[in-house]
Amino acid sequence: MVSDVKVSIKNLYKIFGPNGKDMVQKVEDGASKASLQAKYQHVLGLSNVNIDIPARRIQVIMGLSGSGKSTLIRHLNRLIEPTSGQILVDGEDVLAMSDKELREFRRNKMSMVFQKFALLPHRTVMDNVCYGLKIKGIEKVEMKERSQKWIDRVGLSGFEHNYPAQLSGGMQQRVGLARALATDAEILLMDEAFSALDPLIRKDMQEILLDLQEELHKTIIFITHDLDEALHIGDNIVILRDGAVIQQGSPQEIVLDPADDYVRDFIKDINRARVLDVSSVMKPGSTDSGLELASNLVLELAMPAMVKADVTSANVMRDSEVIGMVTLADMIGGIAIPESHEGEQVTYR
Amino acid sequence: MAIFDEFPSMGRADLMDLKKGIDFAFSDFSRENGEAIEGFFDPLMFCMVWFEKLLMNAPWPLMILIFAVLAWLGARSIPIVIGTIISFLIIGRFGMWEDTMATVAIISVATFLCIGLGIPLGILMSRSNRVQAVITPVLDIMQTIPSFVYLIPVVMLLGIGKVPGLIAVCIYALPPIVRLTNLGIRLVDKEVLEAAEAFGSNYRQKLFDVQMPLALPNIFAGVNQTIMMALAMVVIAAMIGVKGLGVNVLKAVSNQYLALGIMNGLAIVALAVIFDRVSQAYGKRLQKHRQGGHGV
Repeated sequence: MVSDVKVSIKNLYKIFGPNGKDMVQKVEDGASKASLQAKYQHVLGLSNVNIDIPARRIQVIMGLSGSGKSTLIRHLNRLIEPTSGQILVDGEDVLAMSDKELREFRRNKMSMVFQKFALLPHRTVMDNVCYGLKIKGIEKVEMKERSQKWIDRVGLSGFEHNYPAQLSGGMQQRVGLARALATDAEILLMDEAFSALDPLIRKDMQEILLDLQEELHKTIIFITHDLDEALHIGDNIVILRDGAVIQQGSPQEIVLDPADDYVRDFIKDINRARVLDVSSVMKPGSTDSGLELASNLVLELAMPAMVKADVTSANVMRDSEVIGMVTLADMIGGIAIPESHEGEQVTYR
Repeated sequence: MAIFDEFPSMGRADLMDLKKGIDFAFSDFSRENGEAIEGFFDPLMFCMVWFEKLLMNAPWPLMILIFAVLAWLGARSIPIVIGTIISFLIIGRFGMWEDTMATVAIISVATFLCIGLGIPLGILMSRSNRVQAVITPVLDIMQTIPSFVYLIPVVMLLGIGKVPGLIAVCIYALPPIVRLTNLGIRLVDKEVLEAAEAFGSNYRQKLFDVQMPLALPNIFAGVNQTIMMALAMVVIAAMIGVKGLGVNVLKAVSNQYLALGIMNGLAIVALAVIFDRVSQAYGKRLQKHRQGGHGV
């Protein structure tokens, strides 16, 4: 998928400890996170991270706790200084910015949503949403107007004068989202934004985010440890482990072709039928069953359609052209949990 | 061995010389600079005198009304307001009105002084671990050293009067506000601070929009402590010439006047309880937004 690159992370290293800079060479020479810790008492935060984040899409960065994902996202707006490497936003080097430039950059270019909401407890919902605009120095009337728009947009009308402590977790995070959107920044950083919410509320928030994205087309960088969430909302996914990128690709690519056992472990429990689409289990040829399925239809919906039409094969369509065919057996094979890497290759070829 | 039987202290003559040296050096210093230092504190003196006169000369019904209004503004509680009015009526009835006003004056000035010095100092301390490491032992000394010990140099420098008394009170009452300001700011939720940072706050915006408001409950606990400690110093300040209830307590102690001692002692207690209840209730109201529940 070629689209213009919004944020480009190049050879990024973060090593926590007094002599981080000297340790980069050791990591480049192959020192592992464990050996760095045991031998030199330095903690490897990020190791040679290279990611090109496309504009106007949702980029998910996922990994378990300790994988460095929260560290990585904090490098993008330089809440954490890297040990070495480069971060380019619209071609501009974030690391070269002066304090003043950095503040302007944070005020206008990037905004952030936090795991534990990080709202100001002594301010009302309205004042919290105004926060970013106030820092930017927007005058009062316009500030209120813009904030009201976002409060309405995230469904919090009527709660403007409540304090955060009076709201549920889901509502608090809507305030966090509205606050981040109100600054009109092109890039939205979301640090485990929905992880602290109940599963149902989390689903809700995911839908709100996807709805918003449909009209706003922001560049969203979303951190999560939840693969279901990653697959659901991500256009692209990067998987981190011990501070290093082990795989990046579309949700389909991750599920169909996990890079190693770590990723395979991750995808073991997910609902494959919800992620994989018809094109991923398609083979060349055509059939005369009479059923036509869109190539991006997920298997979860395609299979019942086949059963309903009482056929075992269907043509795969893209732009009203037949680009291949699928059989029910291929689909079932596709959603079966692969035993091993090779085994999986066999199941869908 | 002889060395274990007796501590190998400096000789009597050496020790005497050392003490003399220090004493003379300090008295020379105070002789040379005493006036300049007194001059430095003149505005403070002026403030104190002015405020004391204001309180003492105002008609008593007006003062009681003002105290009642302040108590209401602070606590928003009818019982506390009624308690305040009754306390001051009893104090006046027992002939302690003027002394009480003098005590209220020095406590108020000392408290404002401590707030004015202590909060910036606490902010400074919260900014850097090094500053904290330097200031903390100083605060420890201020709180634990017997008050009489620092009365000596203060009196040598400034003589006897209101200003040295005020300084003695402040030395004792300053530490809690500094400590609790520092603590309050350090305890501010890291994620909220990070959010302020992420939205591009500069230092001032961070301090005044986030750190200070979130630290306010702690800072206010510090103010409360400072008031209480200032009241505790009333009697000692009286020893170096501060007018007020403390003078009567001293008189009662030296002459064994039981009734005088108890009456003035209870007046100090009444002031302490009023200040404490009002300031605590105010502190609690500051935190109202922290309570959950819809439709509050």
